Amino acid sequence: MEKYRANLLLCAGTGCVATGTPRVRETLKAELEKQGLADEIKIVLTGCNGFCAEGPVMLVYPDEIFYQKLTVEEIPKLVEEHFLKGRPYEKLMFKDAEKKTAIPLMNDIPFFKHQILRVLRNKGMIDPDSLEEYIARDGYLATAKALTEMTTEDIIKVIKDSGLRGRGGAGFPTGLKWKFASKSVADQKYMLCNGDEGDPGAFMDRSVMEADPHSVIEGMIIGAKAIGASKGVIYVRAEYPLAVKRLQLAIDKCLEAGLLGENILDSGFDFNLEIYLGAGAFVCGEETALMRSIEGQRGMPRPRPPFPAHKGLWDKPSVLNNVETLAQIAPIIMEGAEWYRTLGTEKSAGTKVFALTGDIKNVGLVEVPMGIPLRRIIYDIGGGINKKNKKFKAVQLGGPSGGCIPEELLDIPVTYEDINKTGAIVGSGGMVVMDEDTCMVSTAKFFLEFTAEESCGKCTPCRVGTRVMLDMLIDICKGQGKKGDIETLLDLSKDIIATSLCGLGQTAPNPILTTIKYFQNEYESHINDHWCKAGICSNLCSFHINEENCKGCGKCLRGCPSNAIVGEKKKPHRVIQEQCVQCRSCYDACPFGAIEIKPTLKKPAEPVTQDEGVTK
Amino acid sequence: MAKLTIADLKKIKEKQHATFALREGGNRAKVTVHMGTCGIAAGARNIMSALMEEIEQSKIEDVITTTSGCAGFCAREPMVTVEILNQPPVKYGDLTQDKIREIFKEHVIGGKPIEKYALVVGSETTY
Ligand SMILES: Cc1cc2nc3c(=O)[nH]c(=O)nc-3n(C[C@H](O)[C@H](O)[C@H](O)COP(=O)(O)O)c2cc1C
Ligand code: FES
Repeated sequence: MEKYRANLLLCAGTGCVATGTPRVRETLKAELEKQGLADEIKIVLTGCNGFCAEGPVMLVYPDEIFYQKLTVEEIPKLVEEHFLKGRPYEKLMFKDAEKKTAIPLMNDIPFFKHQILRVLRNKGMIDPDSLEEYIARDGYLATAKALTEMTTEDIIKVIKDSGLRGRGGAGFPTGLKWKFASKSVADQKYMLCNGDEGDPGAFMDRSVMEADPHSVIEGMIIGAKAIGASKGVIYVRAEYPLAVKRLQLAIDKCLEAGLLGENILDSGFDFNLEIYLGAGAFVCGEETALMRSIEGQRGMPRPRPPFPAHKGLWDKPSVLNNVETLAQIAPIIMEGAEWYRTLGTEKSAGTKVFALTGDIKNVGLVEVPMGIPLRRIIYDIGGGINKKNKKFKAVQLGGPSGGCIPEELLDIPVTYEDINKTGAIVGSGGMVVMDEDTCMVSTAKFFLEFTAEESCGKCTPCRVGTRVMLDMLIDICKGQGKKGDIETLLDLSKDIIATSLCGLGQTAPNPILTTIKYFQNEYESHINDHWCKAGICSNLCSFHINEENCKGCGKCLRGCPSNAIVGEKKKPHRVIQEQCVQCRSCYDACPFGAIEIKPTLKKPAEPVTQDEGVTK
Repeated sequence: MAKLTIADLKKIKEKQHATFALREGGNRAKVTVHMGTCGIAAGARNIMSALMEEIEQSKIEDVITTTSGCAGFCAREPMVTVEILNQPPVKYGDLTQDKIREIFKEHVIGGKPIEKYALVVGSETTY
C-alpha cells in the first residue's frame, strides 16, 4: 500500500482549469520530483472547490492550508518552503481584505467558515474519477441500505419526512413526487436527472456533476428503486464537457463494479443509466420539454396534466429531479429524516447551494442552511460589494424567472416562502449582486432579452408577449418611453403569467414586476425626466464635473476616448458636452466622486432613429 | 473491477482509511521532522524516509507526519517532535534512522517517550 504524508488537493473544476490548473499541476509534479518528495506527497485532482474567483486553488492535507491564485512561477518556492521545509508559504495564502494579513487555514477564511456542506460534502475532498475514494466517504452504503434493507414505502417515507424539496426551481416536495410515480402502474418507468442548468450565471449543478458524479448516480439508483424504474437518463447540456466526461467515467466504473446494470449488489434490482446530451436551450430544462428532447423531438413543453408521474418519457411514468436534489438523497437514507431537518426551517429543510456572482468580493459557490438571512450570505460569506465606496443596490435571485430584492429586504430568511413573497424565487440558486451603479430598467431588459430569445414559440402569450415587453423596455432605455408604459407593462405581465403554457412564460415577467415594485422611481425618471441616474442608458444621461470635488488629477481627461474633457492640472476640469458620447469612463476613473450624472441634454422629443442620424 | 458485494464496499472503505484520516483530521499522533537547511544537511531527509517506512509497515493510520522549519537548536539536528493527543510534545535530537525507528515503536505506537533521546518535553503544541 502506498503511504503519503501529505495530500495536495488541487482543484480541477472548470474555473480552475481555465485559470491554469493543468500547467500548475505539471510544475508541481516536476518540483516534487526534483525535491525527492514524489513518494511522500500525493497530488489529487478534485472537482470545484467553490472559491473559483481565487483559482487555481489547492488545499493541503493534513495541514488544511489553503493556497490560491497559484502560478507556475511560484510553485518551486512553495514546494521548497512548505513541502520540504514545512513552512507554509504566505505569499499564496488568502489575504484578509481589511487587515491584509494572510489566513492560512481554509476553515478560517470567512468564505468557507459560514458554509455547511451536505450537497457539496465531497467537494475538494475526493478525486471525482475514483470510485474507491467516493466509497471511502461512505459512498454506495446508502444504495446498499436502500436496495437490501428498505422497501419502496420506507424510502419514500424517509424522503418525504425529511422535507426535501426539489432544487431545480419550483421546490416541489421530492418524496411526494416519488410517491405519485411509484403508484403508477406500467411495464416501464424512468428515473431522470435534470443537468440542463439553463439559468445564465448558474453553475451549482455543473460543479456537483464535476466534483462528485457518484453522488448524483447514487441518488438516481435510490430514486429508481423507490418508483420502480429500471432505466434512467441524465440530461446534461453539451456545453458541460467536463461534467459529461466525469459522469460517463463514473457510470462506466459503476457498471464494471456492478453498482449499475443487473442485480446491483446482489439485491436483485436492475438499473441502467445513460447520458443524453442537450443542445443548451433554456426551455429544455422544463420537464415536459426535456422529455420530448430525449425522445428526439423538438424541445417544447406540453400541457400538464397528464403529469410526468403518469405519462412522462415515452409516455411512461417518470420522475425528473434536479442534480442538487439527487446529490442529497444518499445522506438522508443513511442519516435519516430527522438529521436532515436539523438544518433549515419547517417548510424549507436542509441546505441550498448558491452561485454568488456580480459586484461582490468573494465570487463562488456557497452552501448554506436554508433560513439564513440574505444579508449574511452577501456580507459574511460574500464579503460585501467589491468596489470601495459603492453601495449595495439589489440582489437578483432565480435568474430569468426570478427577481430583484432591494436593500431594505436583506434581512429576510432565505426560504422558498419568504423569497416568493418578495416577488423573486429561490430558483436554482443563481444570486447576482448589484451595486448602486446598476440601472434597474436595463437589468430587467437584460433578462427579458434572454427569455424572449429562449421562448420556444409554442404559445402566443410567451412568444409575442415577451417580445412586446422587451420592445417597450428598449424604448424606455432609449428615451422613447411614454406615460402609461409602466401600467401597460404591469397589465401585460399579468396576462402572460396567467396564459402561458409553461414555467418559462409564467415566470418571464418576474424581473419586470420586481424592478417596478422596488424601483418604480427609476422607471419614472427614465420616462418622465429622461434621466438614467446610474448613467447606463447613454441616451438618458449627461456627465458633469463638480468643481468643488475635482482635484484636477487628470485621470478622467486621460481616460476619455473622445477628448471631451478639458482642464489644467490641479485645477477643476470640465466636460465639453457637444463632444461627450456618454461612455461613462470618466465616472469610473474619478477617485474623488466628482463626476455627476444628470438628465440628458439631448432634445427628448426627437425620435431616436432620426436622432442617431444627426449625432453621428 | 469485479462485481462488488456489500462486504466489498466496507473493505474498500477500510483500505482507503489512511488517506482519509489524513484529509478528515482526527489523528492521534503527529510527528514533525524539522527540515531547516541545518536539518536537511544533518540528514533529516533520511529520518523522514525511515519514519514513512515504519508507518507503512506498521499499517498504523492515525499518525500524521509533517515537516517544519529549524527548531532553533541546530547543533542537535536532525530533530523531530512527537505529539500524542493529550500529552505534552517531546523533542528528540541527534537522530539516526535506527533511533527514529525505535522512537516510532516505543513512543508513537507504545505511548512511552524514550527519555535517553529526548531533548525537551512540553514545548508548545501545534495541534
Ligand atoms: C423554462 C424552465 C427551465 C428550467 N430549467 C431547469 C434546469 O435547468 N434545471 C433544473 O433542474 N430544472 C429546471 N427547470 C425545472 C424543471 O422543470 C423541473 O421542475 C425540475 O427539474 C424538477 O426537479 P426537482 O423536483 O428536483 O427540482 C426548469 C423549468 C422551466 C419552466
Ligand atoms: S473551479 Fe476551482 S474553485 Fe471552482
